[in-house]
Amino acid sequence: MSIWEFANPVRFMRLSGRVLPWITGLAFLTLLPALYWGFFLTPDDARQGATVKIIYVHVPTAFLAINIYFMMFVTSLIWLIRRHHVSALAAKAAAPIGAVMTLIALITGAVWGQPMWGTWWVWDPRLTSFLIMFIFYIGYIALWAAIDDADKAADLSAILCMIGSVFAIISRYAVNFWSQGLHQGTSAPIIRPGEETQVSAVFWQPLMLSIAGFFLLFLALLLLRTRTEIRNRRINALRAREA
Amino acid sequence: MLPDLGKYAVPVLAAYASMIVFLGGLILISLRNAKKSKETLARLEENRKPK
Repeated sequence: MSIWEFANPVRFMRLSGRVLPWITGLAFLTLLPALYWGFFLTPDDARQGATVKIIYVHVPTAFLAINIYFMMFVTSLIWLIRRHHVSALAAKAAAPIGAVMTLIALITGAVWGQPMWGTWWVWDPRLTSFLIMFIFYIGYIALWAAIDDADKAADLSAILCMIGSVFAIISRYAVNFWSQGLHQGTSAPIIRPGEETQVSAVFWQPLMLSIAGFFLLFLALLLLRTRTEIRNRRINALRAREA
Repeated sequence: MLPDLGKYAVPVLAAYASMIVFLGGLILISLRNAKKSKETLARLEENRKPK
């Protein structure tokens, strides 16, 4: 079976309807214990004190903020090349989730930064590129809402998404590009054989569970919202026929 | 019972509260929109059926 078969809205609705309750259940069964573990059962950090507990919200939301934009980039590219409506609608459905994740990452970063760095905000490369990425998310959502012709809206928002993806890449690698700035290196690197994590195991394990929980919640919301967009498209088509 | 967060209680609780408010809001809006579109589509499909 080819993945392109799911570009058919009927097939997508059938499959997503079947898996959505399971993914939703799994998301809550993963996220709630992860947050409980991180908030209640982990010790304070020697240098950061209790503020280390913010890591279980800040890192997963920041991780998703960047990766949701990357997912939108891929689905927008598929729309531009192959004209699959489900692909464009999935990008549209993902944008508000990505915007909320970015906003939470910015807020939790600010409230974590104030006691640790002595400032809520600094024009650090990573923070600045994250703020620009958030503005691109808002612009993308606004562009979809501003254009009545769905295909034209999908085309233009896909192009905007391509442009904004530069800032998503910068957000991910800013701490590597520039040696300046207050933000430290990534807290959730890809582990290579023989390398140690940058976070102690006592914080690392609930953090990984929290990232998995947030990812599953994103997947559940994405399916739910894409199904809504497909239904809305059908509603608009039926209303146009009646008019 | 909350763990002892010491002098960092405000930033830690503010971080978790912001997550609950924004993520909770997104979930509620997504569920409401899904319900609304499902009902509207069902009504339109019903009207199309030959009587």
